[in-house]
Amino acid sequence: MTEPLGKDLLGLEPLSAEQIRLILDTAEPFKEVSERAIKKVPTLRGKTIVNLFFESSTRTRISFEFAEKRLSADTVNVAAQDSSVSKGETLVDTARNLEAMRIDMVVIRHGASGAARFLAERIQSNVINAGDGKHEHPTQGLLDLLTIRDKLGRVRGSKVCICGDILHSRVARSNIWGLLKLGAEVAVCGPYSLLPRGIEELGVTIFRRIEEAIEWADVLNVLRLQLERMNAGFIPSLREYYRVFGVTLERLERAPRELLILHPGPMNRGVEIDSRVADGPHSVILHQVTNGVAVRMAVLYLLAGGRPEQAEAAKRGREGAE
Amino acid sequence: MKPMVLRGGRVIDPSSGRDEVADVVIRDGRIVGVGRNQGAPDGADVHDVTGLVVAPGLIDLHTHLREPGQEDRETIATGTAAAAAGGFTAVCSMPNTDPPIDNQSAVGFVVKQAAAAGAARVYPIGAVSLGQKGEQLAEFGELVGAGAVAVSDDGHPVASGQLMRTALEYARAFEIPVADHCEEPTLAAGGVMHEGVVSTRLGLKGIPSVAEEIMVARNILLAGHTGGHVHLCHMSTRGSVELIRRAKEAGLPVTAEACPHHFSLTHEACAGYDTNAKMNPPLREPEDMEAIRRGLRDGTIDAIATDHAPHHYDAKEREFDDAPMGIVGLETALGLSLTLLVEGGHLTLPQLIARMSTVPARIFHLPGGTLAAGHPADVVVFDPAARWTVDVTRFRSKSRNTPFAGWELAGRVVRTIVGGRTVFVGV
Repeated sequence: MTEPLGKDLLGLEPLSAEQIRLILDTAEPFKEVSERAIKKVPTLRGKTIVNLFFESSTRTRISFEFAEKRLSADTVNVAAQDSSVSKGETLVDTARNLEAMRIDMVVIRHGASGAARFLAERIQSNVINAGDGKHEHPTQGLLDLLTIRDKLGRVRGSKVCICGDILHSRVARSNIWGLLKLGAEVAVCGPYSLLPRGIEELGVTIFRRIEEAIEWADVLNVLRLQLERMNAGFIPSLREYYRVFGVTLERLERAPRELLILHPGPMNRGVEIDSRVADGPHSVILHQVTNGVAVRMAVLYLLAGGRPEQAEAAKRGREGAE
Repeated sequence: MKPMVLRGGRVIDPSSGRDEVADVVIRDGRIVGVGRNQGAPDGADVHDVTGLVVAPGLIDLHTHLREPGQEDRETIATGTAAAAAGGFTAVCSMPNTDPPIDNQSAVGFVVKQAAAAGAARVYPIGAVSLGQKGEQLAEFGELVGAGAVAVSDDGHPVASGQLMRTALEYARAFEIPVADHCEEPTLAAGGVMHEGVVSTRLGLKGIPSVAEEIMVARNILLAGHTGGHVHLCHMSTRGSVELIRRAKEAGLPVTAEACPHHFSLTHEACAGYDTNAKMNPPLREPEDMEAIRRGLRDGTIDAIATDHAPHHYDAKEREFDDAPMGIVGLETALGLSLTLLVEGGHLTLPQLIARMSTVPARIFHLPGGTLAAGHPADVVVFDPAARWTVDVTRFRSKSRNTPFAGWELAGRVVRTIVGGRTVFVGV
């Protein structure tokens, strides 16, 4: 098994359960690297990685950059606003230029669904999708899976409800595929104006009311409600959204069991989530952020040709990937 | 021009119900005789077409020739050459060029360019509104006087109910159809493919079926209200087919067309973000595809039209969201129809010829669509059994944006004749 993931990581939909488990298992030894005083291993020394962000991002970009640097890769960050893209360069020309510079990997964030795949089909470098439009955000899905596994001990059989704006969410899609493949039960909850058509055909249940979702679920993954959705008329007001769909402490207190609360960030406190919930004992939101670096290290390591069974050795500083 | 005899072919002429082995004799650009053992006029070119089909030339009600203004995609010369290669002897050109065909001199330009190109005939369609802006009616009388055969704001649906009503009323004086791209603009806004489980998977904004059906229903009601002839362009949903079926049962002046891609592909073709599967109306669901096929069989859908929409390579080599809508169709329409509709058992060969030639001519009041003696000799000769592979590098069209590259299709065009003159010979 020389390329356990193939050339690229474009989404969780194309991956098998075995491949997803492999990434999560590979992330385990990398968690520890970030706990050390000197947070660095030489695994990707000599590899060059471009972080190509056509959309602004703080959390994901920093998380990838830390993952790359802790693996000793050479990284370059390109933001669309100060690149040739702002001069009208097409994605295909951007791709060709990157190829000509002989880089090893590209991490791409782009506003158009399918953009990561478009790039991957046109260059030989490994491509990692850091979020493409409303399609997928696979490393977010993976870090959510890792967090659920850490906290519940398993993913299989757990009941996970994704709450909020499913229509515009790449996080929702990656979570749905990853959770279903690992054997979780998956539901979505939000106003029907923010649920995409045919979502139930993917194998998820729909809850019309947040109270029903809370009664059913072990885990709530609460999505960010983007403020521009209100301006586009999908919901009447943020105030009403919070009243009808907000994950509040009062609602959680009526739950029949302890719930785990995930949120991919950045949060709108008082819109989709109550601050008392975000900062409370149910919340694993900061644990997600920590896991994000480990999962991204695992993805980079595996795509670079690292052997899963040598990840432990790589962590200890030997060049397991070589 | 030398006389011509097409000897021994299977002559299919839906205008007379003829389907038999016969000879077709052409002289002075007209058909002068059809029957067995016809004598050849002096000096005639005699072509043995045994085993081939001889039919009235195909007529496309919906072609984008892109000239004037978008000649990087297509010109009237390349577009009509593509038409001839696809077995079409006439195409109706849509007015959404740059500038749009919204006045008599613009129509005259298209007519003049088509005459110079000398391949398939071009029947211009004029704009419904000035600049296709959906505000003020274009001068239908002058458009028709210059050669327009219909009016349409295709590419831009007629959003205003009042404008559509007036257009249907005003068009009655000239006995021309108002052809509408049926799309409720607020429901379709920003959509790039059919709204359904595939758009959900891909994270692409969908165009719901109801965006089309609402306007089909509106147009049918307005046709009933005004008595004007509405022609519904590129029907794509099962709901639309059902609405048209009921309208026809009620005897309303409604006709409809469907495109080969809508009876050949479903929204699954978008799954790899293939921009050559991006068109408007979008590829729909299997049930919609089946309804279009059934509609063509029972006559609910009158005609097969290509919506030939050339785009430059660079324009399609982009993110799916940013690529333009549309595919070329003139050179694959007959092959797809023969393969999927005739070999697929939905239509007989004579029914197919009716849908691609005789009926289009009738509903747009065009010459052609017949092999009756005395009519202009617009004829296609094709081998219905020959198989060929779609090779975009051989297209006569300037553009190659098709999702059918590499498909093996039935039906090779052997000869296309316009007004007694051969404009295409297949190799």
